[in-house]
Amino acid sequence: MSKSSAGHALRIGAVAYDPKVVTIWEGFLHYLAKHGVWIDYILYSNYDAQVEANLSGEVDVAWNSPLAWVKSQIISKGGCLAIGMRDSDRDLTTKIIVRANSHVSSLADLKGKTIAVGASDSPQATLIPLNWVAESGLDPFRDCKVLYHNVMVGKHGDHVGGERDAARALASGAADAACVLDANYGVFINEGTLDPGTTRVLTTTLPFDHCNFTVRSNLPTEQWKPFVDALLGMSFEDPEVRALMEMEGLKKWLPARTNGYAQLEKAVQRFNFYGGAATSAGS
Amino acid sequence: MPDSRPKQKAELEDLSLQEGAPVLLRRALSGLAKGEWCEVHGDSPELADHLAAWCRKQGVRCETGGAPPGTFRIEAAGPAPLISMSRTEIAEAAEPVWGIEPRGARIEKGVPEFAFPLLHKRDVWACELNAIYSQAAANQWSAAREVPWNKLPRLPVDVEAAVAQVMTFLTENEFAALYVPARFIPRIHPHYREVVEVLAMQVVDEARHGEVFTRRAEAGGVGLGTTAVSGQLSLKTLLEEPDFTTAVFLLCVMGEGTFLTLLKFLGDHAPDPVTATLARLAHRDEARHVAFGVEHMRYVFEREPEMRLSMASAVERRSQMLASISGLSPYVYDALVVYAGGGLSIAQVRAGARHVADLQREMDRARRERLQSLGFEPGLAANMSAYHTKNFM
Repeated sequence: MSKSSAGHALRIGAVAYDPKVVTIWEGFLHYLAKHGVWIDYILYSNYDAQVEANLSGEVDVAWNSPLAWVKSQIISKGGCLAIGMRDSDRDLTTKIIVRANSHVSSLADLKGKTIAVGASDSPQATLIPLNWVAESGLDPFRDCKVLYHNVMVGKHGDHVGGERDAARALASGAADAACVLDANYGVFINEGTLDPGTTRVLTTTLPFDHCNFTVRSNLPTEQWKPFVDALLGMSFEDPEVRALMEMEGLKKWLPARTNGYAQLEKAVQRFNFYGGAATSAGS
Repeated sequence: MPDSRPKQKAELEDLSLQEGAPVLLRRALSGLAKGEWCEVHGDSPELADHLAAWCRKQGVRCETGGAPPGTFRIEAAGPAPLISMSRTEIAEAAEPVWGIEPRGARIEKGVPEFAFPLLHKRDVWACELNAIYSQAAANQWSAAREVPWNKLPRLPVDVEAAVAQVMTFLTENEFAALYVPARFIPRIHPHYREVVEVLAMQVVDEARHGEVFTRRAEAGGVGLGTTAVSGQLSLKTLLEEPDFTTAVFLLCVMGEGTFLTLLKFLGDHAPDPVTATLARLAHRDEARHVAFGVEHMRYVFEREPEMRLSMASAVERRSQMLASISGLSPYVYDALVVYAGGGLSIAQVRAGARHVADLQREMDRARRERLQSLGFEPGLAANMSAYHTKNFM
C-alpha cells in the first residue's frame, strides 16, 4: 500500500489549470484505491506553490511541469528524483512560425522583428524557443521585440491560451513570428485560428521533455513505487481508466527520464529566470 | 535483432496532415503488427512540420530525415484491440461492454460499460419480432390522409357527447400504453434491438392514437369528456409495474387484448364514418401490440412454465389494489350505452345497455380464449379474466 512516512495516503500535488483536473484526479484516486494504492490529491493554483509544498514535505509527489522540475532541482541542489511521466511528455518540439509570404527565412532575419510568445513562464511557448533564438546568436530581448501573452501566469503554459493568442498575433500582423508547440500548430490550423497555407515553419527546436512526477530524493522508494507501478500497469484499453487517460493526454505512462530538460535548464540560466539561484546539479 | 525494414509504404504525394493524410496513414498502419515499420513519403512541406507531433499523439514512434527527402518511418503500435460479436446469433446474455453498438459491429476495446438492466434474452425476447416490426412499419397511417374528417356529420348532441367521452377514455388509456413501453425501452440492451424496435413502433402507434382520439373528441364541438379517478388509479398500477414481463402481460395481453374487443365494438356501433375509421385503424395497430405480448409470453412460458402462476398473481394483486373500483367508470359506461344505443330514448338506452353487456361478455370470452392459448388452465383463465381491471386496460 502506497503511504507516506506519516502513515497517510500518498499525497500528490497537481496544479488546477482546468476544472477537468479535479475529474482526472478523483478518477485516478478511486481507480488506484481499487488496485490497493491509496493517494490523495492536493490542488495548487500555481507551480511555484507546488514546488515549495513538495520540497517542504507538504506533498509527497508533485505532478510537475518541466519548469517546476527545473526549479525543484535548483532549490534542492539536485535533491529530487523524477519517477514517472506520460508517453506524450517525451520529445516535444516547438515551432517558430512566420507568415507564408514573409521575407523571414532564417532566425537572423528576426532581428528587429516582433516574436510572439506565450505566457512568460511557458517552457514550450516562451523559454525554450527564445533560448533557441539566442543559440543562433541573436539576443531575443535586445535584437527583437518579444510580445508576451501572459495568460494564467504561474501555470507554466499548462493551457493553450497564451499560445493561441501568439498565433493570432502572427495571423493579424501584430507579430512577425510566433512560438507554438508542434502539436498545437496543427490544432490551430484545424480550428481556424491559422488559415491553412498562410504560415510556414521558420525553425524547429531540438526535442525536449515535458511533465514528470517529482519526489524528494529522500522519500523512501517503498512509498512511491507502488504508485508508479500502478501507473505503469494502466492500460488504454481498460474502460475503467481510458477516459481519464484521454483527459490527461496520454496513451501510456512511462518511467521517467531526465535527459530531455537541457534546453529548459539552459534557458532558465541564460535568462536568469529564477534570479541567479545556483544552477541545477542535474540528476 | 528486430527487423526494421518497412513492411508497408504510404505515398502521400503532396497531401498534408490538414488535408486528410491521416486517413491514408491510419490505413497503412492498421495492417501492421506492433513493432513493424511503415515508410511514408510525402512532398508536402507541411508534412515534416506536423508528422512527429501527430505520431506522438497516436502513441507511435516516428523517424524523420530518411532518404530521399520527404521520407519518414513510423513504427506501428499494432492493430487496435477489438471485441467482436456475432451479427446473426442472438446471445443469451448481452455484455454491458457491447454498449449501444449495432449487433455484429467490431467494438474498440476500452468502450465504457452501459448499465442496461435487461440484458438477458429470456427477459425480453419474443418470436416473430421481425414480422411484427415489418407490419408496423408498413401500416403506419396518417390522420390527415386516411381519416375522412370532411365527412363528419353533425350528430345529436347527446350522441356527440358520448363519442367525446369515449374518445377521452381511449386517449388516457393510449397514453398509458405509450408510457409503459417507453419506460422499458431505455432499460433493454440494444443487442436485442428487435424488441426495442417493436416497442418503439408501439410508442409511435399510441402517440398517433392519442392525437386522433383527442382530435375526434374536439371535432364535434362538444369538447373532451371527464377522466375518472377509477381510470387513473387503474392506469397508475400499469405505469408503476417494475417488471418487464409482468408489464407486457398486464398491458399487451390483458389490457390491449381487451381493447381489441372494445375497438371492434366501437367500429361496429360507430355513429359516423370518422369514428368508424379511427376504430378500425386503431384496432389494426392494437392487434400488433397484442401479438407482441402474446409472443413474448409464449417465449417466457416455454422456458419457465411456472411464470404462468406469477402472471396470475400479478393480475390478482392488481385487482386487490383496485378493489375500491366496483365497476367501469359511470362516465364511460353511460357514454358507451348512448354510443351503442344511438341516443337517450328508453328504447335506445335499453338497446345500448344490452350492447354494452354483450361487449363485456365478449371481452371476458376473448380474454379467456387468449389466456388458454397461452397455456393457462380454463379455471385459472376464468379467474384471471374476472380479476382483470374493470377499466378494460
